[in-house]
Amino acid sequence: MTVRSLLVKGMLVGAVAGVVAFLVASVFGSGPVQAAIDFESATAGGHDHGDELVSRAVQSTVGLATATIVYGLAIGGFFGIAFAIAYGRIGRFSPRATAALVGLGGFVTTALVPFLKYPANPPATGDPATLDQRTVLHLLMIVIAVGAAIVAVSLGRSLRARLGDWNATLAAVGAYVLFVGAVLMLLPSVESVPDGFPALVMWEFRLSSLGTQLAVWATLGLAFGALVERAAAPATPRERVGAPS
Amino acid sequence: MTHPTVSAPAVAPVPVAIPWRTLAPWLAFASVLGVVLLYFVGAEQGVLSVIAGETVHEFVHDGRHLLGFPCH
Repeated sequence: MTVRSLLVKGMLVGAVAGVVAFLVASVFGSGPVQAAIDFESATAGGHDHGDELVSRAVQSTVGLATATIVYGLAIGGFFGIAFAIAYGRIGRFSPRATAALVGLGGFVTTALVPFLKYPANPPATGDPATLDQRTVLHLLMIVIAVGAAIVAVSLGRSLRARLGDWNATLAAVGAYVLFVGAVLMLLPSVESVPDGFPALVMWEFRLSSLGTQLAVWATLGLAFGALVERAAAPATPRERVGAPS
Repeated sequence: MTHPTVSAPAVAPVPVAIPWRTLAPWLAFASVLGVVLLYFVGAEQGVLSVIAGETVHEFVHDGRHLLGFPCH
């Protein structure tokens, strides 16, 4: 296992994760996105999709796939580096278990925690006037959630000798939840959902958006570990069973 | 055929050697590249605009919304 091979595997699995995310997003997300755009056209406000710079057919297929695969590729690279740092340093975990934990951590810190404060918005529900504020706050939320998780992991490591593995982990997770909870309370909310926007469309859109993120991180967390463990396993004689010597 | 245990391997895992001095420039470069990719998927032609117009924004429009990036 070298950083080089882990980075390459991360990007490869990341691209696959992007494909899985594309499938989840198009099966569950394109309905609510279209419903939101229909609402927008019906009320004729806000962002104009009428120019057709890029047609809806392209946006919801090639465009969506490009976005999720490029996103998966970049996230996968970071995942590979994070795995290289975490493996053997966060406890006695096999490659598969380490990858699953890194995947869980990535999902919670970059998707779930930001989602609790600044959830994904379907078309027609974001006020262009607050875009700069929302972009900065969303990014800030991710930076805080990831940074606090790194601090929590090192806190857990330093408490291990005194509290033991289980209690040190609980203490670190507890400290993380308290801190992130406080940040969620203190940061300002920015919501600008227009009157009459169907609540059901909002719910379905946000669920599908969270599902898309879950697809990225679950694929990375599960497939990356399997790939690494397979590559690291010594050649077993079972392949030769039954074959004439 | 033996299944390796998932949670507690028999042999303690050996941390991956990270030669920071050798790797730092490459990791910095890769991270910058990763951030640039994420920027183009998530934020180009939103608050900031490197390429004029709306084409990049419109092309990745659905992905941007569904991946949870703030969007118009």
